[in-house]
Amino acid sequence: MLPEFELLMPRTLPEALEMLAEHAPDVMPVAGGTNLIPDMRSGRYRLRWVVNVASLLELQAIRREDGWLVIGAGVTVAQVLDDPLVAQYAPVLREAAALLGNPLVRNRATVAGNLADASPAADMAPPLLALDAEVELASNQGTRRVLLRDFFLGVRRTVRQPHELVTGVRVPLPPPRSVTAFYKIGLREADAIAVASGAVRMDRDESGRCRLVRIALGSVAPTPIRACQAEAALEGRLPEPEPIAEAARLAAEATRPIDDIRGSATYRRHVTEVMVRRTLTECAARSTE
Amino acid sequence: MEPKLITLTVNGHTHHVALKPNVTLLHALRQMGYIDVKDGCEKGDCGACAVLLNGRAVNSCLVLAWQADGAEVLTAAGLGTAEHPHPLQEAFADVGAVQCGYCTPGMLIAAKALLDRTPYPTEEQIREGISGNLCRCTGYAKIIQAIQVAAEKISPAASPAKPE
Repeated sequence: MLPEFELLMPRTLPEALEMLAEHAPDVMPVAGGTNLIPDMRSGRYRLRWVVNVASLLELQAIRREDGWLVIGAGVTVAQVLDDPLVAQYAPVLREAAALLGNPLVRNRATVAGNLADASPAADMAPPLLALDAEVELASNQGTRRVLLRDFFLGVRRTVRQPHELVTGVRVPLPPPRSVTAFYKIGLREADAIAVASGAVRMDRDESGRCRLVRIALGSVAPTPIRACQAEAALEGRLPEPEPIAEAARLAAEATRPIDDIRGSATYRRHVTEVMVRRTLTECAARSTE
Repeated sequence: MEPKLITLTVNGHTHHVALKPNVTLLHALRQMGYIDVKDGCEKGDCGACAVLLNGRAVNSCLVLAWQADGAEVLTAAGLGTAEHPHPLQEAFADVGAVQCGYCTPGMLIAAKALLDRTPYPTEEQIREGISGNLCRCTGYAKIIQAIQVAAEKISPAASPAKPE
């Protein structure tokens, strides 16, 4: 049985934001509930108020808006898997979505909730970091956008204030010749929590050199991280084996992993180097096809 | 924490029930007598409580009953009857995919959701489709076989075992 709390059922986004403001800090929004409900049951969260945002129409759509792909905070991981805009503009997000949890969880869990929960192993984080995504936060005071790389503060901590709601995730549409890849190492093929994960992106110029590189890593630090020095080691260069190997080494150096029941810090660092090297090599091959 | 009257249509029957806000869909359904929905881990790991919520397979332990107000729910018992079983129910019995039976209702729901979207699943797709459902008896082999048998029966046009 869940502990007692009051559940508020707003019909509109402004109503939800008023409720969050009124009851902050002893309040939490709930959408899919795949993290929040187990956390309430285990006692990690003891909340007086919960605001249901699952049915707010304002948060349901995936849409193209100017140069952005906008994923509403009510969009589930299963919807991302089926969405043609995501397939076209953010295939790396789709790859990660296919490996998040299991089909039952994907039908409830939202992309925004996966980010807001701020697990170091959040599957949606590495691809969205690689895509330079922004998180849109709203309150009854207004709206602000935060780069995803500035959103995470620590294990299960973000810049979201208790009175704020994540209303969407914004992804800039990729330029031509942008290639991405995702990897996830789990203890089994499906329904696994990442032991290590990562998303890489390689944008090339007409001469084939790397114009922009993104290497985003999950489960190897207190938050999902970017390996910026590794990215810089490839930018301006042709993606040949030697600079790729150097970038992979630097990516492993950027990790601050821990030992836990799923894997050792040593393994996490090692597998990061191997997988970053492989996925960068795969991107280099794909972008010359 | 006052109860609120909500409406749930379960296996075609409409119910109006007064529930407190901290009641999950799982406990609401079991209180209403749908005890084929099993209470397993209550954290979304085991799939024993799976139901179709407006056509989508979900863990009912992770849905607050109020969130399901107005929804259509299908439980395993709503798939068929002893006289007229659903092809999945028939195949699970015929093949011997049921041992202790605790995972079976959730397995049937996950399998139904899979076949609704993927009428000719490969073995890999079946394994993926039931990856949110734990079975500690069978080793899954008979469950996978039963889903293949049912798929063939429901959609006989193609052989489900053949990869595309």
